[in-house]
Amino acid sequence: MNQSQILGILAALGTLAFVVAMLRRGILREKYAVLWLLVSFSLLVLAVAPRLLTWAAEALGIAIPSNLLFLITGVVLLLVSVQLSYEVSRLENRVRRLAEEVAILNERTAPSPPDGPDNH
Amino acid sequence: MPPDHWRVLVAIPAFNESATVAGVIASIRETGDYDVLVVDDGSTDGTATVAAAAGARVIVLPFNLGVGGAMRTAFVTAMREGYDRVVQVDADGQHDPAEIASLLEATETCDIAIGARFAGAGDYDVHGPRRWAMTILARSLTRVTGTTLTDTTSGFRANSRRAIELFAQRYPAEYLGDTVESLVIASRAGLTVAQVPVSMRVRQGGAPSHGTMRATLNLGRATLALAVALSRRADAQAES
Repeated sequence: MNQSQILGILAALGTLAFVVAMLRRGILREKYAVLWLLVSFSLLVLAVAPRLLTWAAEALGIAIPSNLLFLITGVVLLLVSVQLSYEVSRLENRVRRLAEEVAILNERTAPSPPDGPDNH
Repeated sequence: MPPDHWRVLVAIPAFNESATVAGVIASIRETGDYDVLVVDDGSTDGTATVAAAAGARVIVLPFNLGVGGAMRTAFVTAMREGYDRVVQVDADGQHDPAEIASLLEATETCDIAIGARFAGAGDYDVHGPRRWAMTILARSLTRVTGTTLTDTTSGFRANSRRAIELFAQRYPAEYLGDTVESLVIASRAGLTVAQVPVSMRVRQGGAPSHGTMRATLNLGRATLALAVALSRRADAQAES
């Protein structure tokens, strides 16, 4: 087991521990945590057995194994950011709906309109 | 004249229009017995206070949502309170309230009546890319709605009860997409659209909401919104 391998294992364990800690504190919702748990677990497996990456690269006809890793990384990050954009759009729609409902309720309950709302 | 028993809500989306909104409310009240609702879209210049003092009902949005959000608020209110018609009027005074009656009259035979600037009345003219974009929008929407439209971005329109119920559920949020995309949504839902020639007045005050560059850019966005709206399947229900 060489130095870079130990570094890889420590990094993977660190990521795993970080995700688990966030999950336990309730900061991270499960639906997002599952993905990061999978990613950090895969990292751990690859750090322990780098051979897997070499075999996979050979099987796919990729000359340099690290390029396969970069490819996978790129694809995963792309998918994650698209998914986050989707979630943000959905949240924005819901916030808009809520803002409209709050305005309607405010008018019904308040005798006179409030002074100019502060802009955020 | 439109039927007397109709309950009509005149909705004015207003963002920082304290200079003009009171005048608009006053001239609307002169022209007919309408309930006037100002939806203050997160203004910071006291538009809500001015509008309330002028005798309008005021709903204050907690932050700026754009015309689309303000109008959906108005449609939701109108739907829950059983209004028969909603007429949208700009707060800057360029829409002549005297024309509200003719818009309402048109909704006896259609669901959405658009007060159009280029339909022969008044003098209002634009040139260059802005004109081209407006032409493209007009031609596409003419095809979608099956009726000749020339001024699709006009925010001066009357909506039937069916349109109110539809728009309370679905009304586009994107800026300028609201006017254009709403026509696509309405047509796809089987509602009918008609255009009524109206004359426009010069803005009574306040700064124009956008310069020429900005206006052109916004029309580009409206065109994009139209393309997206058209590419949607008729039965697709977006969450918005």
